[in-house]
Amino acid sequence: MRKQFILTAAAAALLANGAWAARGDDGHVNILYWQAASILNPYLSGGTKDIESSSLIIEPLGRYDENGNLVAWLAEEIPTVANGGVAEDLTSITWTLKQGIKWSDGTDFTADDVVFTAEYCMDPNGGCQQETKFADVDTIEALDPHTVKITFTVPKPFPYGPFTGGESPIIQKAQFLDCMGPNAPTCTEANFGPHGTGPFRVTEFRANDVISMEANPNYRDPNKPAFASLTFKGGGDAASAARAVLETGEFDYAWNLQIDPSILSSMAEAGKGTVVSAFGTGVERMMVNLTNPAADLGEARSTVEGGPHPFLTDANVRRALSLAIDRVTLSEVGYGDAGKPTCNVLPAPAIYASTANDECLVQNVDLANQLLDEAGWMPGSDGVREKDGVRLSILYQTSTNAVRQDTQALVKQWWGDIGVETELRNIDAAVFFGGDQSSPDTFQKFYADIEMYTNLFNGTDPEAYMNNWTCDEIPSPANNWLGNNMPRYCNPAYDDLSVQLSKTAAIEDRAVIAKQMNDMLMQEGAMIPLVHRGRVSAHINTLGGIKLNTWDSELWNAADWHRVK
Amino acid sequence: MSDTGLVNPESPWGEVWVKFKSHKGALIGGTIFISIILLVLLGPMFWDVDPQRLNIREKNQGISFAHPMGTDQLGRDTFAQVLAGGRVSLAVGFTAMLLSLVLGALIGVLAGYFKWLDGLLMRSTDLFLALPLLPLLLVITMLYRDTLRAAFGPETGIFLLIVFVIGITSWMQTARIVRGDVLAIKEREFVQAAKSVGTGSSRIITRHVLPNILSPIMVSATLGIANAIITESALSFLGLGFPSDFPTWGRLLNDATAFITLSPERVIWPGLAISLTVLSVNYLGDGLRDALDPRQRGR
Amino acid sequence: MLNYTLRRLFFAVPTLLVISFLIFLLLDLAPNDPTGNLPMTIPPEVREKIRISLGLDQAIHIRYIKWLEQFFVSEPLHVLEQWFNISIGDSESRVRVQSWATRSPAFDLIAERMPQTLWVVGMSYVVGILIALPIGVISAYRQYSWFDQVGSFISMVGFSVPTFFTGVLMIVVFSVKLEWLPSIYDTTLEVVDLDSFWLQFKQMIMPVMVLGLFNAAQLSRFMRASMLDNLNQDYVRTARAKGIREKSVVLLHVLRNSLSPVVTVLALGIPTVFGGAIITEQIFRVNGLGQLLIIGIQGADIPLVQTLTFIFAILIVLFNLIADVLYGVLDPRIRYE
Repeated sequence: MRKQFILTAAAAALLANGAWAARGDDGHVNILYWQAASILNPYLSGGTKDIESSSLIIEPLGRYDENGNLVAWLAEEIPTVANGGVAEDLTSITWTLKQGIKWSDGTDFTADDVVFTAEYCMDPNGGCQQETKFADVDTIEALDPHTVKITFTVPKPFPYGPFTGGESPIIQKAQFLDCMGPNAPTCTEANFGPHGTGPFRVTEFRANDVISMEANPNYRDPNKPAFASLTFKGGGDAASAARAVLETGEFDYAWNLQIDPSILSSMAEAGKGTVVSAFGTGVERMMVNLTNPAADLGEARSTVEGGPHPFLTDANVRRALSLAIDRVTLSEVGYGDAGKPTCNVLPAPAIYASTANDECLVQNVDLANQLLDEAGWMPGSDGVREKDGVRLSILYQTSTNAVRQDTQALVKQWWGDIGVETELRNIDAAVFFGGDQSSPDTFQKFYADIEMYTNLFNGTDPEAYMNNWTCDEIPSPANNWLGNNMPRYCNPAYDDLSVQLSKTAAIEDRAVIAKQMNDMLMQEGAMIPLVHRGRVSAHINTLGGIKLNTWDSELWNAADWHRVK
Repeated sequence: MSDTGLVNPESPWGEVWVKFKSHKGALIGGTIFISIILLVLLGPMFWDVDPQRLNIREKNQGISFAHPMGTDQLGRDTFAQVLAGGRVSLAVGFTAMLLSLVLGALIGVLAGYFKWLDGLLMRSTDLFLALPLLPLLLVITMLYRDTLRAAFGPETGIFLLIVFVIGITSWMQTARIVRGDVLAIKEREFVQAAKSVGTGSSRIITRHVLPNILSPIMVSATLGIANAIITESALSFLGLGFPSDFPTWGRLLNDATAFITLSPERVIWPGLAISLTVLSVNYLGDGLRDALDPRQRGR
Repeated sequence: MLNYTLRRLFFAVPTLLVISFLIFLLLDLAPNDPTGNLPMTIPPEVREKIRISLGLDQAIHIRYIKWLEQFFVSEPLHVLEQWFNISIGDSESRVRVQSWATRSPAFDLIAERMPQTLWVVGMSYVVGILIALPIGVISAYRQYSWFDQVGSFISMVGFSVPTFFTGVLMIVVFSVKLEWLPSIYDTTLEVVDLDSFWLQFKQMIMPVMVLGLFNAAQLSRFMRASMLDNLNQDYVRTARAKGIREKSVVLLHVLRNSLSPVVTVLALGIPTVFGGAIITEQIFRVNGLGQLLIIGIQGADIPLVQTLTFIFAILIVLFNLIADVLYGVLDPRIRYE
């Protein structure tokens, strides 16, 4: 009797807090992304805006929580070697699906849908943008309506590629059956309004503008979502998005507000909203070109064949360039709460973060000057250091972005202080990252001495990311400049470690190897890491339940969002 | 602007000068305009702060003795930047405007006067109007930036590129307007009379047609300067123009817009500079037009 | 005149074909790429496969001919089918012009955005004309009066200060400080009653005024200059000497003869109404065609950009033709034969 009373009281208390309200009680919520969603199928568009907007509708088997832990979503539990879900030889993984889950059209969610999703993305003619999620997959089969077994062609120490994270959600077989391969792009209706298992479903989709959604009547938790309807508006720029949440309160949530931190904090002073930030794996870094980018080399420009760089191959120069930079100021000025200085390209998750390179955290102009003096680089008549007729003159390129241009200006000044001349160049992002073979301005061609951008990896496993800097990843005309090793770094010892990593299963051992790889890259100066970048978003004070997640879609827990009364 | 006794008031140019002098707006406009030019040319001698020098501890400051126009988000002195930016913006604005004006007027006059050229020239105008600007700029930059940079150095090379790009993409309106006016003037009595006494085409164009289409050309010129200064900032913003640490008025205005709530005074200076330049050129143009107007002469 | 119009219409076809090919060539040459905005986590090999799935591995002339077929055959047939609810030939496998980013027919995207564009950008032109014509006429008639001076000053400042600044300024003043107007245009709003009309009106004020003032500044300058030229003409003196009332001299004779540059500017401006106003739409998040175009260009969505710019080219050719015809109407002395 007494126990029952306590339970009721607890329930009443929860109700009073508004956390246990029924589905749809909290009315309407407005979400603002300054890039508009163009499609609701992440397999056909890997853009963050498309992945995150569709994550409100379609869901994966497992996803990462705000701390980067894998949690079961449409599956009963995350399969591991310990619970028998992953085979001892690491070549297969078996997922058990939750019972009783329904699609938004009322039909049952089964293992067939999961198998179909894999077939859909692995079709060679479909142009699937999440193909890497299904790397090394041999077969996927439905053992029974609630069990799916994935077999790999090689042992996979990290078998959580397929069906985890916002990039790899399950789509409904019945809806996409006729959309396989070459037909994928023509299924406009399905791509604009996929049936899902998630908390919301589409009522109207306007490409590159706005999506209207309502609560999914068949969502598995009868009390969620708290919002009856949702608007996902896109377009504009980050500054006005921040303004619409923090200053005018027209919107409830704004995504990825990479604007000058002093502007953001002055907007937050209006008191209508809160700025939230969290850190993932992104690092703003400089790539150091170890090959010669001189224009007179023609085709051999910035290739291994073209020969080494005239001065960046000198380890002292690279170390001096890194030491001259004040990373604390860079992160304060450009990123505020969403940045911290780092000396690693692999700063997170914590288990992988090395402390061996922390020398660079403190700016040391004297040491930088001393290094250059000792290496024989002496200031010429114009103050720029030179040796044997080679001047320390750097062309420093990056994509167009206000924060990056501020960083460039600051770095130029610091390098000027150690006698290094810098010419700045910024290139439109669509060109810089575009990889057009005919353009000289892509980050792969790297026709400059230094280039700067952010790189990161999805989920928590760094293996694929660390493989970016092996010898055969070097971009060159031979592989159509398709490669990730921008510094053109090549060290057989590094390649050996990469092979070793792919064979190691225990996470502690993997961490040791990954750290070694990171330290090797840092100490040999292939890259100059600058700032460990977080994600900044903002929500209005009356919106509760926000857990900013940088490991998965930011909207991953939208089912729990509610109005704070 | 002192009165020189060297000009003979009886000659036609002397008469123009006399009329120009008596035009109050033109005098004020001219004075302001020359002051702006002197200021941006000579200003850096008196205010020798490096416009690119950062001082992060003095960022986002208001007006003070050390910084008469405040500082930006990296602590650069806004006054020094406005001075340095003025030289670039004025140079780009004027050269690009002249290029587009000459192109536009030439094509407009030829198309309006010679019927056999009309079809070809006006269809090319349609083509240039239809080409999407941004991809065009990307292509031009991609093709010529490195060549120009190698030939003239980074700054002059980009200057030439920008002037060319703005000139080549903004002459069409002038050409259409000029052509429309020429079509009408060609049929006027005085042109027909000149034709009937056997005056050559080039003489008719320079003596009778051009003086009568001066006003739209002057308006195009004033609007053209503003347009060129703003377009330059858009180009730089897209990474197609000058390096990001190279101040120009348009760029300063663009950057300052983001800080409009934090340091509102910052947007005023470049905005004021552009507006003053355009206004003064406008009044200069008005005066020049009145002075050159054949019907008002000798009234 | 009819003869001339027909001949021009006939020559418009080859002109447009040449223009369309040049645009296609230009877009193909441009160094931006459809995979450029994808996250860094998508590796280069996958990007290459995406390009191939979009057909970028085919030769340019094949892609151009495909687009021509889709634009001039598939799309008109589709429209006919929709209108008359019939099916012509093999309508199931007919491929329409597909946007790469959204994987949907480009024409559907354009049709969806047409109403907002016409409302906002079109209205701004109407506002611009309504402001510019009287200002232009009065400031010319009363040259160097205080009205003229103030008008000149405002229109010059209006033209020198770009929309990227006035837009943000208006938002800060009217949305943030005064909280009168919304800073974000709600494109899902449907006008059904007086309340929703009022909301629509409120959200249209800022974008329309920003654009309208910019347009007015330019138009009023040309109007004024042209009026000034005509006010000094002999026929004005003759008309006055004849004792015609001043009002009709100015409004009937001078205004009519001064409209040629205004007609030109308007004819150049109307296609840009359909082309949208890129910066203003971006600032206020109006889902107009300008915004669609800039998203398409940034994402190198070639079929979409090609289709949009080509429609734009058709309008330019058409309205320049209309302007040429209007010159003849306004000034009967102009002959084209």
